[in-house]
Amino acid sequence: MSKPLFTPGHTACAGCGQSLAARLVVESSGPNTIIANNTGCLEVFSTRYPESAWAVPWIHSLFENAAAVASGIEAALIYLGKKDKINVIAQGGDGGTADIGLQALSGMWERGHDILCVCYDNEAYMNTGVQRSGLTPFSTNTSTSPIGGKSLGNIRPKKPMPEIAVTHGIPYVATASAGFFQDLQRKVKKAVSIKGPKYIQVHVPCPLGWRHEPALSLEVGKLAVETGLYPLFEYEAGVLVSQKKITPRPVEEYLKVQGRFKHLLDKPEQVKLIQAIADNNIKKYNLKLEPQQNSTA
Amino acid sequence: MKEFLEGSRVVAEIVKLCKPGVISAYPITPQTHIVEELAQFVASGESDAQFVNVESEHSAASVVLGGSASGVRVYTATSSQGLFYMAEVLFNIAGLRLPVLMTCANRAISAPINIWNDQQDSVSLRDSGWIQLYAEDIQEVADLHLIGYRIAEDKSMMLPVMICMDGFTLTHGIETADMPSQELVNKFLPAYKPLYKLDVENPITMGPLVDPDYYMEARYAVQQTLREAIKFIPKVTAEFSKVFGRDYNGLIEGYRINDAERVIVAMGSVCGTVKETVDALRAKGKKVGLLKIMSYRPFPYEEIYAALKGIPRVAVLDRALSLGSYAPLAAEVKAAFFGKKKKPAVISSFVVGLGGRDITKDSIKEVFSLLTAKERVGEFIDLKPELLKEEY
Repeated sequence: MSKPLFTPGHTACAGCGQSLAARLVVESSGPNTIIANNTGCLEVFSTRYPESAWAVPWIHSLFENAAAVASGIEAALIYLGKKDKINVIAQGGDGGTADIGLQALSGMWERGHDILCVCYDNEAYMNTGVQRSGLTPFSTNTSTSPIGGKSLGNIRPKKPMPEIAVTHGIPYVATASAGFFQDLQRKVKKAVSIKGPKYIQVHVPCPLGWRHEPALSLEVGKLAVETGLYPLFEYEAGVLVSQKKITPRPVEEYLKVQGRFKHLLDKPEQVKLIQAIADNNIKKYNLKLEPQQNSTA
Repeated sequence: MKEFLEGSRVVAEIVKLCKPGVISAYPITPQTHIVEELAQFVASGESDAQFVNVESEHSAASVVLGGSASGVRVYTATSSQGLFYMAEVLFNIAGLRLPVLMTCANRAISAPINIWNDQQDSVSLRDSGWIQLYAEDIQEVADLHLIGYRIAEDKSMMLPVMICMDGFTLTHGIETADMPSQELVNKFLPAYKPLYKLDVENPITMGPLVDPDYYMEARYAVQQTLREAIKFIPKVTAEFSKVFGRDYNGLIEGYRINDAERVIVAMGSVCGTVKETVDALRAKGKKVGLLKIMSYRPFPYEEIYAALKGIPRVAVLDRALSLGSYAPLAAEVKAAFFGKKKKPAVISSFVVGLGGRDITKDSIKEVFSLLTAKERVGEFIDLKPELLKEEY
């Protein structure tokens, strides 16, 4: 077995989907990888000085600038004539990627850098205590979208980041899940084989923020996909080329195992609205496994 | 070779000769001519740098951060709001000990929005860990960029350097400058050899989380290096002098101060106006002089003390404010004499030339005339009292 690139001993929580996904991403990209990392859980639990979990060159600068730092790394590698041999990854959480870091990321995409951006989407600002982000789902109970007499949680659905990425005209956009290892590995390998800007958004369960049993992380990740709430798909050159086919399960199965949605279980009208989001995804991305049809992803 | 050039062109030519691998910038007046010229050099193949056109100054600073961390020489330039938008990245670059070189085309800060020259932008970034050197004229602009890279990239420093040049006055002004050959630049500024870099052959982690057990030492180390820079900068300028024949102390410059009774302390292009005024007053037998501050960070307290301790009256000119407190340069000049027995009887403070208000020889004469036994604290020169009378 080759030397691990993301080593044990870091301080992630039990059941952390992000640490699992981050390991799969770097192992799939390989040792010739340089990573720029936004501020967030991943940076905090993997690089507490004087220790580091990273066996590839890795830099953290600020919350929102990994895509721009990675752009500088890529430009330097081109200047040095080394870019062809090295993968550059810009990575961070959903807040660092889709909220505060979106401008820098849009700039990186628009300039056409040969960089893979990975967003570890745990659907809130977990590092600071579960505040809502632009990728927090509709009706989620977070510390800044709390439930109360006048609130059923987060008032907006997730920002459509993959669509925003596709609209930039970049060659590869995919969603993935920590619940589906091989799919994630395959997508990272494909992404780094394509020249230009790439975006992979990985759904990563967070037992602390989602309030589920740590042992259930993979199951919760799978349920998000199998209900249609987190569709897995790939776009190449703007065209939908694959989707993970599912036999849709009702959204209640996903909601009921997480404390962040517990308040919805006696509100069938609200659950209907969430089911509608799943149904829309199922239709939009053609997720439904028809009889005698095999999954393409 | 002596050439008659716009200041921005001079910066671009010098940066080209320094051969950076990555240049990144976002347009802002009055920095634009510099980066336009550099973009043209890259477009024509005269520079083999990667020129990264970014969507903001925050990303311009982040791109050069990433480039520098990858082990190549980098360059950026900005001004005013752009410098402020970079601010958190600038602190980060210094903390990461990356030898980035930047030109700040000094400009006023909004509100009210104003594109003209003062020094509020760079002065406000004084605590960022960047070395800040201020140019008086276009020749100094040229020379300080070469000196700046040498300081930044020395293994004993490894800190970013900001070359501050007054917007329009120096960026758009045209003067004769002695432009160096590539051979001389190569002789003075060898290729950059990083101490650490992002390298797949030797992977390191940069920018980790540092807890209370280690944080203070990292900050102490930057502070210590900046203290050492006070001794190091004159060594670099001495080497510069050997190669190019122009002498700088690099920290301060005294002009006709040896027997002076009244001395103005200032930074940047206003020093030229002060020198002319000093000459005119000297011709009338007035014992006046100038102390020019070239290095604002590190701040050369001892050198300023030594230069001014025997001067009876000192006037400090500020082209920036620390709103609600003493004018920033004046406060620090005064601090240089704290606890000292020998010091000027009067250190008066004057605020001049905010937002591009012209500082004429008459303005400087007024400062000298106000430099009486009565100490002035942050007195505004050339203020228009009639504009302050409006009632609401």
